[in-house]
Amino acid sequence: MREIAEDMDAAQRMVAQIFRQEADRILASLISVVRDVELAQDALADALLIALERWPVEGVPPHPAGWMTVVARRKAINRLRRENILLTCKQRILQELLKQESEPGAEEMETPSIPDERLKLMFTCCHPALALEAQVALTLHSLGGMSTTEIASAFLVPPATMAQRLVRAKRKLKEAGIGYRIPPREAIGERVDAVLCVLYLIFNEGYSVTRGNKLMRRELCDEAIRLARVLCLCLAQESLLETLPEALGLLALLLLHDSRSPARVGPDGAPLLLEEQDRSRWDQGKKQEGLTVLEKGLRMKQPGPYQIQAAISVLHVQAERPEETDWPQIAALYGQLWRMTPSPVIELNRAVAVAMADGPLAGLALLDRPEMQQVLADYHLFHAARADLLQRAGRLREASSAYREALRLCQNELDQVYLSDRLKEVSQA
Amino acid sequence: MRYLLLIYQNEAEHAQLSQDVLDAELGAYMAFREEVQFRDILLSTEAIQPIHTATTVRVHAGKTVITDGPFAETKEQLRGYVLLNCQDLDEALALAPKLPAAHYGAIEIRPIMELPS
Repeated sequence: MREIAEDMDAAQRMVAQIFRQEADRILASLISVVRDVELAQDALADALLIALERWPVEGVPPHPAGWMTVVARRKAINRLRRENILLTCKQRILQELLKQESEPGAEEMETPSIPDERLKLMFTCCHPALALEAQVALTLHSLGGMSTTEIASAFLVPPATMAQRLVRAKRKLKEAGIGYRIPPREAIGERVDAVLCVLYLIFNEGYSVTRGNKLMRRELCDEAIRLARVLCLCLAQESLLETLPEALGLLALLLLHDSRSPARVGPDGAPLLLEEQDRSRWDQGKKQEGLTVLEKGLRMKQPGPYQIQAAISVLHVQAERPEETDWPQIAALYGQLWRMTPSPVIELNRAVAVAMADGPLAGLALLDRPEMQQVLADYHLFHAARADLLQRAGRLREASSAYREALRLCQNELDQVYLSDRLKEVSQA
Repeated sequence: MRYLLLIYQNEAEHAQLSQDVLDAELGAYMAFREEVQFRDILLSTEAIQPIHTATTVRVHAGKTVITDGPFAETKEQLRGYVLLNCQDLDEALALAPKLPAAHYGAIEIRPIMELPS
């Protein structure tokens, strides 16, 4: 094993040595053929990489400098060919542009109408053949006008990571032949869903946690709402009416959530629960717009998960005081939502609503079913909700062990503070 | 653009299928073939023999090494391929589910690297 390693080392040293000694000569001979310094340098760099890869495995060729010259020349040919293809493409685009330019009437038009291509771009950026995180980054980058650095800081990753993610995504778009068009009729539903999912993710990233750069995160919420508006507008323009109700549902949901944001943080910067918020600080304009948008969607009579979630949000924002909340109706809507997209987290929310409507024991009965315990055993909010209901039911010892379990699983510092406070409460009582 | 649709399936599980299921599978495959032929986008398609017939060749430091079996042991094996000339990825994506293997195996879609002639 050591021998092989030494051999590899020797080969790498050889590559470096030959490169130092011969690089200028090889380069000069390349430049004389291709007549382009940059191209020659790039081709030589390509050849060097291949030598570093191959020589340690296959051995150093008898005439290393000659070998490198030949490989570099071949690489230069490949690069030239690629440029040629690109050139042909560009030629074609140029022809098309020239043709449009010469069309009669183009200059006489008083208000040149620019076709709205944003929808196509949305479908391209949110194409399911891209990884979800790439879809999100690409959407913000291409449609949102956020810089790579801004997106990176909003998602708490280093700018270099985000830049690489974007480069990879753009390469896949190009090389996999992801079309720049409105998807075929039979796929339109799924593809609009993909766009909705990305916009919802962008919004949540800005809305959910109070960490990182707050200003940037606020921007994510605004961007998501703006893009949802553009989407609704474009879908209507394209008469893709079957997809419109859910897009309106999402827009309404985002507006309604966002209407509560002025009251979500207390004077000390700590997040406030819904029932602790000063409801007079909720944004009435956004709330009203959310209601109008949702009504428009519901009138089209094709209910879907986003419209139902928006309807739940309406029931929250319409209650002037927490105790006026229509919990039975919220529980019923969660039931409807669960039938459309069965997920244990939705069932957890339903159980909480049922507890608010019919008392903690009714909620606990739903949570303590084996299928719930099984799936949500590692989810800290499940234990936190259970603990809360147990506390309300006066079963303090069980509540304290449930809070402990929630604390053990919880990753978020602010939530941990909240949970330990509650744990203290039940332990002292 | 040309796309290679690689058909992956678990060979052992496939060998357990009943004759009825196999007949249905063949029917679905024939229907797929007819559709892509009708659309005039089929370039080539073949099924390949199971992995026990595979031989793998590698050259190490100038020496040819031949081994029995596929290049890697995987849960699902390459069973065949379809080469299509599609408008874009979406067209290939819409066709892939019509291959029976998509339902109990997987179809991997790879664009062909277009080199200048």
